[in-house]
Amino acid sequence: MWDRNQMAARAAQELEDGWYVNLGIGIPTLVANYVGDKDITLQSENGMLGMGPFPFEGEEDPDLINAGKQTITEMDRTAYFDSATSFGMIRGGKIAAAILGAMEVAENGDLANWMIPGKLVKGMGGAMDLVAGVGRVIVVMDHTNKHGESKLLKACTLPLTGQAVVDRIITNLGVLDVVEGGLKIVECAEGVTEDELRAATEATIV
Amino acid sequence: MKKIYDSPAAALDGLLFDGMFIAAGGFGLCGIPELLLDAIKQAGTKDLTFASNNAGVDDFGIGILLQTRQVKKMISSYVGENAEFMRQYLSGELELEFNPQGTLAERMRAGGCGIPGFYTKTGVGTVIAEGKEHKDFNGETYIMEEGIFADLSIVKAWKADETGNLLFRKTARNFNPPAAMCGKVCIAEVEEIVPTGSIDPDLIHLPGIYVHRIIQGEHEKRIEQRTTRKREDA
Repeated sequence: MWDRNQMAARAAQELEDGWYVNLGIGIPTLVANYVGDKDITLQSENGMLGMGPFPFEGEEDPDLINAGKQTITEMDRTAYFDSATSFGMIRGGKIAAAILGAMEVAENGDLANWMIPGKLVKGMGGAMDLVAGVGRVIVVMDHTNKHGESKLLKACTLPLTGQAVVDRIITNLGVLDVVEGGLKIVECAEGVTEDELRAATEATIV
Repeated sequence: MKKIYDSPAAALDGLLFDGMFIAAGGFGLCGIPELLLDAIKQAGTKDLTFASNNAGVDDFGIGILLQTRQVKKMISSYVGENAEFMRQYLSGELELEFNPQGTLAERMRAGGCGIPGFYTKTGVGTVIAEGKEHKDFNGETYIMEEGIFADLSIVKAWKADETGNLLFRKTARNFNPPAAMCGKVCIAEVEEIVPTGSIDPDLIHLPGIYVHRIIQGEHEKRIEQRTTRKREDA
């Protein structure tokens, strides 16, 4: 089984040299630590390409934050722009990939990650725009929820963020692709057998 | 025509009315028109509808207008940082229209460009698409979203010249240019008004045609999530 960092490292393998990429909050943020020598430019959808690391203490700039509202830094390659331009590049398919977390993914690629009915709804932020617009949507999440139930389902039960938008799912148990007819196992995590992966998955595996 | 006003209250004079629709710039607490929001609070204008990506926190940004019950409706993409907002929303005192963030930005930009509607893939197959016109282009389904036309735009910029040409700073630009474009009147609050001619015309972020009134003032510029790294990590 993979831990958070191993999942992030596996997700980093998905990125190709020269790509412009948007990383979500949580485990996806850790992906930046594992890109190695690849030339990857990170987009922050509040209006920045070329997002740098957190600032040193005392060097925080209130005018420089990421989409999670955290203070960050710029790089030599950084460019700033307004929100309409930022989502123009997202909607226009210029961002090669988005890596994001999810509550549920269905076997047809439906994604739910913004709202649980009856619980506090904070909003979708830029998630719906990202999954509808970017070249490739890669979900990184635990395979099961805290009750041990599969998060890879035949159909999502929660309100959708996007319809048939997910390309690949990386979980603590392995990697699966959304294909015609269901999910296809790409690889199993270390120490996980294909039978264990199947047993933990509600979605149809083809 | 003189665009520079002495104070936020003077800049707002004659523009405010109950039930009006205001587009505000800012993302989180970054690049928000904090001085104008404070002046609207002092003016006591009621039943406001705000198009703004976020709703501030309890005691800063649009949050201060929620405390005084001046807001009737919010059009936003994410409102998770405001307890008073949630209380009013859950009790039915406050209307909330969620817009995907890019849809909200484009609705403002489109309104400012005289475009009453546009098609986007964002939200197709979700609750956002319910009741909206669907149309296929090249085999893909899109939904129609409408441009925003606000009574007033309030934005924060870094510098303005005396004709209203604006410069923003880093990610504090965010929603400010599209918000500025979509109002009948736009007021920009800036950290510094510089002499006309002192900004390289090639570097202007938003031309002064969109900006009708300008004020200069001291900004608190609060940080919402202060995150740092240790020097030894470098």
